[in-house]
Order: sequence, then structure tokens, then C-alpha cells
Amino acid sequence: MVKHLIDPLDLSVSEINDLLDLADKISAEPQKYAHLCDGKKLATLFYEPSTRTRLSFETAMLNMGGSVMGFHSAETSSATKGESVADTIRVVSCFADICAMRHPKEGAPRRAAHFSKIPVINAGDGGHQHPTQTLTDLMTIRRKKGRLHDLTIGLCGDLKFGRTVHSLIKSLARYPGIRFVLISPEELRVPGYIIEEVLQPQHIPYEEGTSLEAALPRLDILYMTRVQKERFFNEEDYVRLKDSYVLTSEKMKLAGPEMYVLHPLPRVNEIALDVDDDPRAAYFDQVQNGVYVRQALILKLLGVKLPC
Amino acid sequence: MLNIDSLQTGIVIDHIQAGTSMRIYDLLQLEKLDCCVAVIKNARSSKFGRKDIIKIEGQVSVDLDVLGFIDPNITVNYIENGHIAEKKALKLPKYIKNVISCKNPRCITTIEEGVDQVFQLCDEKTRRYRCIYCEQEYKRPTP
Repeated sequence: MVKHLIDPLDLSVSEINDLLDLADKISAEPQKYAHLCDGKKLATLFYEPSTRTRLSFETAMLNMGGSVMGFHSAETSSATKGESVADTIRVVSCFADICAMRHPKEGAPRRAAHFSKIPVINAGDGGHQHPTQTLTDLMTIRRKKGRLHDLTIGLCGDLKFGRTVHSLIKSLARYPGIRFVLISPEELRVPGYIIEEVLQPQHIPYEEGTSLEAALPRLDILYMTRVQKERFFNEEDYVRLKDSYVLTSEKMKLAGPEMYVLHPLPRVNEIALDVDDDPRAAYFDQVQNGVYVRQALILKLLGVKLPC
Repeated sequence: MLNIDSLQTGIVIDHIQAGTSMRIYDLLQLEKLDCCVAVIKNARSSKFGRKDIIKIEGQVSVDLDVLGFIDPNITVNYIENGHIAEKKALKLPKYIKNVISCKNPRCITTIEEGVDQVFQLCDEKTRRYRCIYCEQEYKRPTP
């Protein structure tokens, strides 16, 4: 049976830990993995523009000797002719060994998985899920803090439409001793179902607030997010909310010496440039970790025999 | 007084909220059955004042699970030899297919042709269903 990654919860905690272990090994000895995908093809089906995620997937495959193909926007695919996701994946299944799909419509990768003969990786679907970003986030947190348990995680910005936020909360909620501090404007609070179906049933401590400054001293991790223009139907709302939070080096003085800042990128202005030089700024490390974790995921989903 | 013969063998779907029997008729695709089906609207009910009833004659196989989603007050009686042989307890189905549709404009179901509208039960207590694609919760219309 073909294994897909559509939702972060498609992976058990032990599978996530295995993937992160493998990503660490790849990072330590990349040359050992340089030819494990010789002859394999990755299709990147990106119906929505993306720089980091697409290049990260392509780099991951190229790093292991595989090749890549695909399209970079819906305009350059048969979607413009009205082809369905179901038909596209049926066709791509004949060409490639594995595919990564980014789609503006939520649930598109799940739809694709129903018809696919090859593993489908959800590379982001609307404001819904982004499981490989979550793996990247988890790897970065584990590398910085040495663990994924007993942490206070602050999430700040657009928590309503931020798919990376939803995926990260769902995933971290499975580790013991996690506490969440959810910082956002009232209009961009975490959707109710995350609270009612993820946090409350598992009795996970969380608090919701609007002050970043008040939260900073208590955090182990601060996960900043961008207010995403593309998720708003109303330009006025976007303009009103886009500058709600700006992390500056001045505000970083309120945080502990081992509080790390993550961001799924791209950043607009929610993290000032002067934070980049702070050793606690981990968002560019995330980008590098993303390649390793995607290499690990491709290897696992393809069932490639790993070196001892 | 309207007179509908009692069933010797069949199914009586009773205590349907008055005025909704035709929706149930459509959802259960009763028009496809090759047997006598009686739809009784606005019957007197000591419990609800008015109710609808659907009587299906004969030994027929009808998937009644969806009734649990539509209205838990509905009762289903299986009739044999003119008597109630079994009262079916309605449960919330784990999945419901093509009964309700996703209202999330960002959902793939809004553009993909031929896609079934499938909702999964995610919380039995609150009777919450979510679209299997985008996880948007189905909001029941307020009465």
C-alpha cells in the first residue's frame, strides 16, 4: 500500500522521531546518502507559487542523485484547461516515483492521494496543512532545545489562516509537557476546533493573548508568522492587521538566552532585520533543516534501503 | 381521514419532523425502489404536534444510517407479520456521503469535478462533522 503524507498526524510520534533521527544522520554525513535515489524522479506539482518549499524538495531529491520535474504555477499546468487534480495525479503517477503537491485549495493533496499510485506529499494546501514544514519546525526545535517535550511554545501572528501553526500545534500536542501561548489579534485567533478538539481533550495547557511582550520572558520557542495577504478576502482587513506584531532586537531583550525564534518564511516585516544577527534567530537554520528532513521523508516514502 | 393500510412486512420511518419527509425520500433514493412507498405528511403526533411518516412495503434493503445524522428523533420500525419486529436505534454514521456539502470556498470540493462530498464524524457528543478534505466543520442550519 502506498504511503502518503497529507496531514502531520499521518505520522506517529515514533515515525516522526525516526525521520528526525534520519535527517540528523543525513546532515552529519550527506555523502553517504548522495546516490540513494539514483534513477528516481520527484514531481513537484505546484499550483501556487512557492520558492522555499519547492526548491527545498528539489534540492532534497537532487542531493540524493534523483531528478525532478513538474510545474511551478497553475498557469503552466493543464489546470488552465480544466484538468482535475484526480486526472493530473493519474498521469503523473505514470511518470514519477513520488510527488510533492502545493495547491491553493484545501484538501487537494488528499484528493490526489485517493487516485495516486505513487506517494503524495502535501507541500501546503491553502490555509489548511503543511506537514513538511512541521517536520522542519520539529527538527529545528529538537536541534536547538535538545528535546520536543517539556517546552513552552509561543505562536504569534496569524494563527487563524496559518497552516504551519495548525500543523505544529497538532504535532507538538502529542509530546508530554508542552504548553502553548497563543498570541494574535482577536480576528486571527487559532480556529476553535484546534482548541476544542486538540488542546482541551488532551488537557494541554494553553493561553490566548494579544501581548507578545508579556509572553516573551516565559517562552522556550517563539514561532512568528506572517499575516498572509493571500488568505484575506478583504484588503482592508489585511491592511489593518498586517503590522500587528513586529519582533525587534529591543523586544528580544525580554526573552531568555535560550529562547529561539522560528518562522516558516517568507518574512515580510514581522521580524525586524536587526534580529537576524541574534544567535537565537533560528529561521534560516530551519531552511537548511528542511532539506534534510525532506530527504529523510523521500527516502522513507520510497522505501529506499538505508545505509548502515 | 386519510387511510393508509398497515404493513404486513416493511419499514416504518416514524417521527420525521413535519415537512422534511421528501428530503429523506430523496436522500434514501426511495424512488428507485420497486415497491409501495407511502409518504404521509403532517400526521398528528402526540409528541410533536405534527410529524411525517414514510412507510416502505416489503423486504427491502435501505441504508438508513444517514437518518441518524438528519434527525436523532426519527424512529425506525421493522414490521413483520403486521407487528413491530425490531426498533432500530439511530446512530450517528461515521461518514456521510453526498448528503451535505462543504461551504469552505477554499475547499477542493468547490472546484474539482466528480468529487464526492464526504464528511467524517469527529465528535459524537457535539455531533460535529468535518469535511474529509479541508476539515471545515459542517454548521447545521439553525431551525
